[in-house]
Amino acid sequence: MLREIRPAVVLLLLLTLITGLAYPLAITAIAGVIFPDQAQGSLIRRDGKVVGSALIGQQFRSDQYFHGRPSATTAPDPNDSTKTVPAPYNAANSGASNLGPTSKALADRVKDDVEKLKAEKPGSPVPVDLVTTSASGLDPDISPEAALFQVPRVAKARNLPEGRVRALVNDNIRGRLAGLLGEPRVNVLALNLALDAASRSAGK
Amino acid sequence: MTAIGWIQIILYCAIIVALTKPLGWYMTRVFNGERTFLSPVLRPVEAGLYRISGVDDKREQHWLTYTVAMLLFHVGGVLIIYGLMRLQAFLPFNPAAQSAVAEDLSFNTAISFITNTNWQNYGGESTLSYLVQMVGLTHQNFLSAATGIVLAVALIRGFARASMRTVGNFWVDVTRCTLYILLPICIVYALFLVWQGMPQTLGDYVEAITLEGARQTIAVGPVASQVAIKMLGTNGGGFFNANAAHPFENPTALSNFVQMISIFALGAGLTNVFGRMVGNQRQGWAIFSVMGVLFLAGVAVTYWAEANGTTALNALGLTGGNMEGKEVRFGIIASSMFAVITTDASCGAVNAMHDSLTALGGMIPLINMQLGEIIIGGVGAGLYGMLLFVVLAIFVAGLMVGRTPEYVGKKIEAREVKMAMLAILVLPLMYLGWTAVAVVFPPAVASMANAGPHGFTEVLYAYTSATGNNGSAFAGLSGNTFFYNLTLASAMFVGRFFMIVPAMAIAGSLAGKKSIPPSNGTFPTTGGLFVGLVVGVILIIGGLTFFPALALGPIVEHLAMTQGAVF
Repeated sequence: MLREIRPAVVLLLLLTLITGLAYPLAITAIAGVIFPDQAQGSLIRRDGKVVGSALIGQQFRSDQYFHGRPSATTAPDPNDSTKTVPAPYNAANSGASNLGPTSKALADRVKDDVEKLKAEKPGSPVPVDLVTTSASGLDPDISPEAALFQVPRVAKARNLPEGRVRALVNDNIRGRLAGLLGEPRVNVLALNLALDAASRSAGK
Repeated sequence: MTAIGWIQIILYCAIIVALTKPLGWYMTRVFNGERTFLSPVLRPVEAGLYRISGVDDKREQHWLTYTVAMLLFHVGGVLIIYGLMRLQAFLPFNPAAQSAVAEDLSFNTAISFITNTNWQNYGGESTLSYLVQMVGLTHQNFLSAATGIVLAVALIRGFARASMRTVGNFWVDVTRCTLYILLPICIVYALFLVWQGMPQTLGDYVEAITLEGARQTIAVGPVASQVAIKMLGTNGGGFFNANAAHPFENPTALSNFVQMISIFALGAGLTNVFGRMVGNQRQGWAIFSVMGVLFLAGVAVTYWAEANGTTALNALGLTGGNMEGKEVRFGIIASSMFAVITTDASCGAVNAMHDSLTALGGMIPLINMQLGEIIIGGVGAGLYGMLLFVVLAIFVAGLMVGRTPEYVGKKIEAREVKMAMLAILVLPLMYLGWTAVAVVFPPAVASMANAGPHGFTEVLYAYTSATGNNGSAFAGLSGNTFFYNLTLASAMFVGRFFMIVPAMAIAGSLAGKKSIPPSNGTFPTTGGLFVGLVVGVILIIGGLTFFPALALGPIVEHLAMTQGAVF
């Protein structure tokens, strides 16, 4: 049995160097050359400044923007480091509500949100993704229904024709891969960037 | 439920079936020490590793030596991870200036990664430096996966060999598994994931100013290299807190589909390795069929439950199923499939939050783990877990017809049955025992995030996941406390090694037996009758063990939910 000790130490260290250092560093180097954009986090720049990542949702509260899904991410409480405070779309601390199917807190929160949205657009069914929190708290997408639901509000706030805004939504709908995998969706940040561009050209 | 959903399930199954044979063929060559197309490049590296570390690749080991070598290897792994986590503040590759991780959390994480559990009491982007993620976690993702695979191979050799004292050489098996199987696949896979949008950088977290003018700090890192082995090795420990639900850890529907395939690929291939090594591939397909039946049953239930949604939200007029804790790009079907697949195998990665699944939708992952994760299973661990059930099923069949039971030419005798029972009974002892303690220990009860039966399910799920070395969680439970860090670590340790050692004892005792040619009285182990018998034994043993606990958790919660109750 004693003869097993040398490989247990030496082989472990060698394999650690290969799989824990050589492998990730090699992948980093190769990826940096062939997929530099993705490797850095698919960052989006506007006027030279980073405004976010194409893959990471961000919070939109203004009526002038399409809103993403509710986010349950948190951040440490600045007054008490043992506690956390809500911090939607905190991309340095992903997380979910983890509330279950019989949670009163969840049912009450969703009820409030549904009532607000019904007041905003009476008579339309509320899309479920617009009132439920995502698994990561950073979901970049909403369903096409959830985007179309918000068209009248955004058009009014921006003073744009509803048809123009609806066309922007339709341009930003991405379908299933090969008609099969995934769900139809709209990237909220991409849509809002297109919206800003449209407002700017309309203002000119 | 939709037609597109079912087509995705069928496509997934078809791809796994198609991969099983070529992977089995390749892995068999690797573990038989034969040449492969990678040998010209890798053989010199392999020989160099043996020379430096003093391994004689011609010398095989007795099962006990093989097991001791494996245990020694793990002692070193614990020390490396624990040391790196405690010292990360003083080490390089720490752009976010993470400070030392607490003793109990470091211990829990070290045990978690060497046992292939990868339970996340740590927060990923908020706790660990890049160095810990790479050298600590990525390396152990490789080695714990390789360990699972080679232990299954050693057990297969026990069935395949006759009148031999040895079951292989642990060092050679681990090295070949890492170099010839895991690394080459991961290199291609990691680059594919970067192409899909996964970050792979050692740079700082990115500071963005959002369209509304707020600051957003975006965590990045060497993600793809870790996620590739995390999925392929059924490890499941995430780079980010939200695991495979995080858009950087699973950017697209395609990355999601490939990740699901990679969870099952090697485990499915091992059933074919088994068939090839015992000299009849149909033996492998019979085991594969048992797994397939149980997999489809689980997917059907979870998909149905999630598509139906919850009573409380449906009452508000919402349609479209249970989207709380799910991502839009995956939707109901890809989230339901992922939840079942990750718990059939001992992966434990999640692309939707299991805590927010419906009661019945979340019960299936729980059952999958309580059955011992034998449906494809963790790389290797699933196959040796399944073979333990096969030993029992053969024994039961032998009792019914009054003959000494045989399996692939080996007599199954008292020693094998005792060892199989020991391994199978240790699992419920851990997860039911610790759950019982936790639900009457006030500090442990305080960790529950949900009230009512769901809180009980959170605790039961945590210990089941730890014991089964899965690592997925009903993540509302605040597991990063002294009590949970230590008790979960003990469940992970016992769940892994008290299954491995009896399995290896069986391997050793089978290898030493003579091989008996099949006769007219031999129970055929390749047909539908055998498949049905094994499924029956699994469900009866499993059902008797954990049905009472399920009744207190998800079953009562489902009944309460349909009455409109909330807690």
